[in-house]
Amino acid sequence: MLLKIEKRPEASQLMVYATPIFALILTILTGSFLFHFLGVDPVEGLRNFFIKPIDNTYGATELLVKATPLILCAIGLSVGFRANVWNIGAEGQLTMGAIFGGGVFVYFHDVDSVFLLPMMIVMGAIGGALWAAIPAFLKTRFNANEILTSLMLVYVALLVLSLLVHGSWRDPDGFNFPESRLFSDSATMPILIEGTRLHFGTIIALFAVLGTWIMLSKTLIGFQVKVIGAAPKAGGYAGFSQKKIIWFSLLFGGAMAGLAGVSEVSGPVGQLLPSISPGYGFTAIIVAFLGRLHPVGIIFAGLLMALTYLGGETAQINLGLPVAVTGVFQGMVLFYLLACDVLVNFRIRFTLFGRAAS
Amino acid sequence: MTGYEWIIPVILTVITAATPLVFAGIGELVTEKSGVLNLGIEGMMLVGAVTAFVTATVTGNYFLAVIAAAGAGAFMAFLFGILTLSLMANQVATGLALTLFGVGISALIGQDFVGQPVQAIPKVDIAGLSDLPVVGQILFGQDPLVYLSFIMAIGVSWFLYKTKAGLILRAVGDSHDSAHSIGYSVVTIRYLAVMFGGAMSGIGGAYLSLIYTPMWAENMTSGRGWIALALIVFATWKPSLVIVGAYMFGGITILQLHAQAAGFDVPSQILSMLPYVATIVVLVIISKDESRIRKHAPACIGKIFHPAS
Repeated sequence: MLLKIEKRPEASQLMVYATPIFALILTILTGSFLFHFLGVDPVEGLRNFFIKPIDNTYGATELLVKATPLILCAIGLSVGFRANVWNIGAEGQLTMGAIFGGGVFVYFHDVDSVFLLPMMIVMGAIGGALWAAIPAFLKTRFNANEILTSLMLVYVALLVLSLLVHGSWRDPDGFNFPESRLFSDSATMPILIEGTRLHFGTIIALFAVLGTWIMLSKTLIGFQVKVIGAAPKAGGYAGFSQKKIIWFSLLFGGAMAGLAGVSEVSGPVGQLLPSISPGYGFTAIIVAFLGRLHPVGIIFAGLLMALTYLGGETAQINLGLPVAVTGVFQGMVLFYLLACDVLVNFRIRFTLFGRAAS
Repeated sequence: MTGYEWIIPVILTVITAATPLVFAGIGELVTEKSGVLNLGIEGMMLVGAVTAFVTATVTGNYFLAVIAAAGAGAFMAFLFGILTLSLMANQVATGLALTLFGVGISALIGQDFVGQPVQAIPKVDIAGLSDLPVVGQILFGQDPLVYLSFIMAIGVSWFLYKTKAGLILRAVGDSHDSAHSIGYSVVTIRYLAVMFGGAMSGIGGAYLSLIYTPMWAENMTSGRGWIALALIVFATWKPSLVIVGAYMFGGITILQLHAQAAGFDVPSQILSMLPYVATIVVLVIISKDESRIRKHAPACIGKIFHPAS
């Protein structure tokens, strides 16, 4: 008996929604082996990883706290990925958003105004968009590959942040630690549920998702993004400008990542530090794909990836597992998803002989 | 020669900074020549680095450590091959997945080894000539992997342009449908090319954890895998230029380290940005001429091959 991969006449819509579930099941199965290999009872491991972190109210709100930056970054990336614009530098744009947004506080720290936080949020989005404008400019003007330029700029952005918090933005009363001042109340995201860390940034993320959904389904630019991505030539004949789409998707992705950055520093982090994100910008790539580049899918995928962060922490505390397990789980999900995606465009046939009678 | 002695240690450190890039770049060059774009170099280098470090610490055998790193890199590349060649997944997305997975799995494997020291691979002394003044140590007193990197680069150049197998590999990269129709197994050839690339990246990683900085730290490649990708564009897919590019980037890395050590009145972060900024600048200069890129890039790069049946 032989396996044969045959192209489907049309992409299977069922499989589009089924493969993320297959990927999840395969990840959990492989994860069980991984736990066993690390000397932990698989059932106990999975329970600590996927259930325990969210079996209480505080845990559930923490899930939203972690999902917020992931969803914001992923929603921005998804627009680019749809148009075949491979911005993988969301981590850098997030960092730049934190710098611009946090910078507003550093310079106006003695101002106690209701306009401070909105100003920070706007500057955060601008910072992220400006950082993403560099690969957009280099791509449209000089044809430089945006994958490489946007990624190189991640390292540059992290060094800029390090430079600032080690230098002129360091808290003058901070015993020389490389940290900015703690953000004041008027520079901090309002808390949504007393006693938790759930903050206004989550609302911003929800509006971003809703806005992107409307933009993709109802506006001309959303239509152009989809056409250029699916059929660049058709887009060309229709007179859609490829360059415009590159600029748009990078600026949009950068602004979303910038929002994520400022909502982190004025939310759970509360100040500027040399390291403000455990790789949200990179994990967001997984979120975007797992969510099928669709706004609603991205919410679910964002929650799931947020759970892997919490699960890693819980497993570390309760079972003594290394926190790196989180990264392995995240990588596995994407691997399996890409593998299962073959079922969307192809079907697998078992044949008794080498060639199936067609 | 008095007054110029400082230049010899500088050249020696440039060589150690460049060698991992030579390995990774030469490997990816072969992968790309076969028409496959593997963006997972960073992940494969990390897995190679941790495998080499753990093997060296446990067995004390460097030869075994380097072989294990090559094997681990090739295995990662094999996973990439299953996804992109057999299951026809998008190469860009799969390469990213390989890097993300490599970062996670290497951190997991290496967690008990963080901060442990290992003796760096000793340097050789070819024919007792390393004591020669000036050129002695540079030409005859390197570690074995430096020589291997040059052998690999020359070997790959010879293979690609002087052998039939190399011609077939390039044909597969330039027109997989034609190569398929005259009877070559596109998928098998690409598997081999991809796994060679993985093995080379693994050795590049081993060089980092056994020689460049003899230790293991999470994410210790710090973007070198991506710089290697940029090198291929810089080199317009020519092996000899990959070496030139690698040494240029090695030079920039070392320059900024020496500038920091010399106490230049520039914040260290600005100097640390140099290799990344330089990569962007070089990419821009090379990519500006779109026709030149199109002329040299393998025509089928990144395209999915599915034999019409």
